[in-house]
Amino acid sequence: MTTTSAPPAPAQPKRRLGDRLFAGSATGAGILILVVLAGVAIFLVTEAWPAITADSADLPDGKSLAAYIAPLLFGTLLAAVIALIVATPLGVAIALYVSYYAPKRLAATMGYVIDLLAAIPSVVYGFWGIAALAPAMVPFYGWAAEHLGWIPFFAGPASTTGKTMLTAGLVLAVMILPIISAISREVFGQAPALHREAALALGATRWEMIKMAVLPYGKSGVIAGAMLGLGRALGETLAVAIVLSASGGITFNLISSSNPSTIAANIALQFPESSGLAVNALIASGLALFVITLAVNMFARWIVTRRADFSGAN
Amino acid sequence: MAKRIDVSDLDIYYGNFKAVEGVNVSIEPRSITALIGPSGCGKSTFLRSLNRMHEVIPGARVEGKVVIDGQDLYGADVDPVDVRRQIGMVFQRPNPFPTMSIYDNVIAGVRLNGGKMRKGELDELVEKSLRGANLWTEVKDRLDRPGSGLSGGQQQRLCIARAIAVEPEVLLMDEPCSALDPISTLAIEDLMAELKERFTIVIVTHNMQQAARVSTSTGFFNLGGVGQPGHLVEFNPTEKIFSNPEEKATEDYISGRFG
Ligand SMILES: Nc1ncnc2c1ncn2[C@@H]1O[C@H](COP(=O)(O)OP(=O)(O)O)[C@@H](O)[C@H]1O
Ligand SMILES: [Mg+2]
Repeated sequence: MTTTSAPPAPAQPKRRLGDRLFAGSATGAGILILVVLAGVAIFLVTEAWPAITADSADLPDGKSLAAYIAPLLFGTLLAAVIALIVATPLGVAIALYVSYYAPKRLAATMGYVIDLLAAIPSVVYGFWGIAALAPAMVPFYGWAAEHLGWIPFFAGPASTTGKTMLTAGLVLAVMILPIISAISREVFGQAPALHREAALALGATRWEMIKMAVLPYGKSGVIAGAMLGLGRALGETLAVAIVLSASGGITFNLISSSNPSTIAANIALQFPESSGLAVNALIASGLALFVITLAVNMFARWIVTRRADFSGAN
Repeated sequence: MAKRIDVSDLDIYYGNFKAVEGVNVSIEPRSITALIGPSGCGKSTFLRSLNRMHEVIPGARVEGKVVIDGQDLYGADVDPVDVRRQIGMVFQRPNPFPTMSIYDNVIAGVRLNGGKMRKGELDELVEKSLRGANLWTEVKDRLDRPGSGLSGGQQQRLCIARAIAVEPEVLLMDEPCSALDPISTLAIEDLMAELKERFTIVIVTHNMQQAARVSTSTGFFNLGGVGQPGHLVEFNPTEKIFSNPEEKATEDYISGRFG
């Protein structure tokens, strides 16, 4: 048998240079992001490893690693969830108002103002929280401890400085509001006129039109915006470090002065004074934050694709 | 439920631009009225003024009168939302709600009207409306699937089912077949002939044969030139328009000499 009898290679479809360049650079960018992510993960795991394998007695406060991270994780999630619960409806309402109710001029101005809010550095929010919001909340905390004390969230004793979990959550809410409302506004504005008119022609009021043709269409965008906001709230460092009086453990009491800290704020506050295993423990808490954030994003993605058939994208 | 429509001295504006001028016409109940004319002469604009969809566009307004069975649509105390509940509309591009199932699309209007219906009644209504739109046999096994998964012709019939489910007094259709293949077009034309028994239908069409086939009366819209308002040049029984039109412009248009 001779080599000449080999069947000819199937003809390759001709690909243009531009296509190849674009495909190449897109693939490259995709790989780069995975490499960076893997690098971060590897760094976190190797640096956290000594703390994970260490004896509890050698760790800060002489507690096991899980007992060290648990309250931080709890505080992180609690503050972020408060922020999300407050900011999502507000952000969606603002976006709807700007897109469908506000007079044109006002709508444009509001759009700019919201985008501007997103550009304010977090330390400014922190100072606003400690200087303005916290003192302003003190009377409410006192009132809530007295009259709503039977609800675990308001068990008290009320903080006299206002540096509570609720204040931290509210500061975070204000911080993530611009992301949520900007992304919601973007998707609401893109709700197809075709379907909005279909709703109106059936005799929908403006609000009914929004419910039929805008909200379902924008739902995945709102979720995406909320998850971006949640990501920011989970990772926010400075504002929480400034606003939260962190000296306690796990509690649902939102208005007292003994609160769990959050992972990011705790790292920022403890890192300068830490050495040895304490640093590894901090990095282990960072690893926990990394995993949580990843899980949140994957969950959001799953929600967005779950009913893709009905998304309006087909 | 079919109703008579009387339009008098109707001018229709987009901001300062007068798109349609001086329309006077009476549309009989239980008839199909076709509106024909070159692009941009204001057929869609006029149609949308009949269910107050025109004013949905910012700055758009109307002067003159549209009276449906004695009720002035543009009266000071009339809510446009109520008007649209009585007058159904089918658009040029099929627009079932993509986030709703076929079933939910059909009852979308009924849900709005606030009718609290039991499941059984709703099921019946869905079947009746889909049968009315000649779509039932094609979709009865997948009522819970999204409406956007249907073919273009099926989507348009779904939109018709959605419109007739609320038993409107008038059904407005803006080039309902222009995005469809000939077979779907025929299906919808047959459907219109049936719907005529129950509804007053006004249809805009670019297709002269379609106008001749389905309608009882035909209105010819034309405009003097770019930037000028469109006029209703002639309104007559379809037979007359296509055999012996009163106006020279109508004859020119129909015989394909322009437009
Ligand atoms: N949303 C709009 N804003 C401003 N002008 C419009 C709008 N829609 C249509 N027009 C204008 O009104 C005139 C009539 O348009 P239209 O009713 O769509 O015509 P037809 O349906 O007969 O093709 C055209 O000059 C068109 O440019
Ligand atoms: Mg048109």
